[in-house]
Amino acid sequence: MKQPIFVSAVVNFLLVAVAAITLFPLLWMLSVSLMAPGEASNYPPPLLPAHPTLTNYRELFAHAGMGRYLANSFGLATAATVISLTFNVMAGYAFAKLRFAGRERLFRVLLASLVIPAQVAMLPLFLMLKYLGLVNTYGGVIVPALAGIFGIFLVRQYALTIPDDLLEAARIDGAGEWRIFAVIVLPVLKPILVTLAIFTFLATWNDFMWPLIVLTDKDLYTLPVALAALSREHVQDNEMMMAGSVVTVLPVLLLFLVLQRYYIQGLLLGSVKG
Amino acid sequence: MKVERAAWCFVAPALLVIGVFFFVPVIAAFGASLTDFDLYALADIRNLRFVGFANYQRLLQLPEFWDALGHTLYFVVAGVPVSILASLTAALLLNSKLARCKPFFRTALFAPVVTTVVAMAVIWNYLFHTRYGWVNYALSGIGVHPIDWLGDPHWAMPTIILFAVWKNFGYNMIIFIAGLQSIPEDLYEAARIDGASYWQQFRFITWPCLAPTLLLVSMLTMAGYFQLFAEPYVMTQGGPLQSTVSVLYFMYDEGFKWWRVGSASAVAFLLFLLMFIVASVQLWLGRSEGKP
Repeated sequence: MKQPIFVSAVVNFLLVAVAAITLFPLLWMLSVSLMAPGEASNYPPPLLPAHPTLTNYRELFAHAGMGRYLANSFGLATAATVISLTFNVMAGYAFAKLRFAGRERLFRVLLASLVIPAQVAMLPLFLMLKYLGLVNTYGGVIVPALAGIFGIFLVRQYALTIPDDLLEAARIDGAGEWRIFAVIVLPVLKPILVTLAIFTFLATWNDFMWPLIVLTDKDLYTLPVALAALSREHVQDNEMMMAGSVVTVLPVLLLFLVLQRYYIQGLLLGSVKG
Repeated sequence: MKVERAAWCFVAPALLVIGVFFFVPVIAAFGASLTDFDLYALADIRNLRFVGFANYQRLLQLPEFWDALGHTLYFVVAGVPVSILASLTAALLLNSKLARCKPFFRTALFAPVVTTVVAMAVIWNYLFHTRYGWVNYALSGIGVHPIDWLGDPHWAMPTIILFAVWKNFGYNMIIFIAGLQSIPEDLYEAARIDGASYWQQFRFITWPCLAPTLLLVSMLTMAGYFQLFAEPYVMTQGGPLQSTVSVLYFMYDEGFKWWRVGSASAVAFLLFLLMFIVASVQLWLGRSEGKP
């Protein structure tokens, strides 16, 4: 009986150690963001602020335009989520449950093109948006996120479980396809809708390369792009940059904590069954 | 018939977006990679000339391109195994019946995955700061002299790899946990009755049962790691001495800094080709191993 107690101690000790490694940078970020300017640049590095202060946050929102960036990120991520959710759910359901000529072949083409990295399309896309006058606009940022193959695939996998009899019965009762979609299908798909919504929101919020390319006007920057620019300007201001990181990360971290069950389900549905 | 028409209405918006904003640009990129599309062509399209595979030829003779490719391969070859090993270890720990407070640990270990790369990179820059960083402070406790993590060409890439592993291992951990949970408990019970040690149980039950998951995870991780960009962009700006310029970083500079659209598109396709070959080899290896 001695063996399991020893092993159990080792397992739990290792878990605490790994959790410390994953959480330390996050907690340290929070702690430094509350320090007075210059306080973190000491040796040995202080762990906790001597006198916690919100100076850095006030400075960021008052002079560095943080409120604006926060609003940009929030608006863009919300818009991309709502629109792409609508498009992906409609398409995913149709690929699963509505017969039409060439459906299987079309779906195979979409799946196969999942292997093409998004960056391949970036240059022509940029030139195309330039031609359309969408470079350096909010529209330009969300255009590539408006529908996604992965999202369609996720919804399709889930929608395959809807029994055909259910839809057939509604058709016999004289319900139109849109009505069936709104009244019968959407409620069944609710869990996957939540999952896909979190995925899209987080992906748009955290995206860096595309908004960096499309946006040149500072007023339109999203948080990651603004933070990268700020960190190049304010190399010495550790405390302020930490506050900026907190503002950037906290919303998505909270969203994840509240809805993590859906997030993890989607992650498994998307990868294990794919 | 009515169903068919409705179906097309359902798929049309998504297909239109994907077609116009993904398929058309991908095809255009391949077209552009066969031309000398640059700043002059951007000003006046009549300056555009078809050059065949000249961009590809030039790139394959360009030392900067090979350097970028080398750095990316370094990141992939060192980063992917470390990342998968970390994920698997964490999954085994979390899946152990002896572990306490599993929901808390699972969330704690997964948290870095959902955070923003740029914000985390900013934090890591300070954690690895030569003078005021915690890492050097902790190392000084065991007598290691301060290391210039991000300023030394030998250390910059390992630091970025460490960062990527920290940020990403939680993702594969979740997939591994699902894989572990699908292994029937009877197998372990039978092995224990036969007196198998923990190591033997892992080697002869867990490892073979996990093979399909491992293949999936390594393919996904590999594909993601080939697309290294944000980490060096924020942490090192490609330096020191260009030692962290990845292929995508090179493409970004080539395309969006120097506006050599043709050449940059060729870079993108070379990267795609490489990723495709590596994935095919993995799949082939995975399949031939699966056969008895």
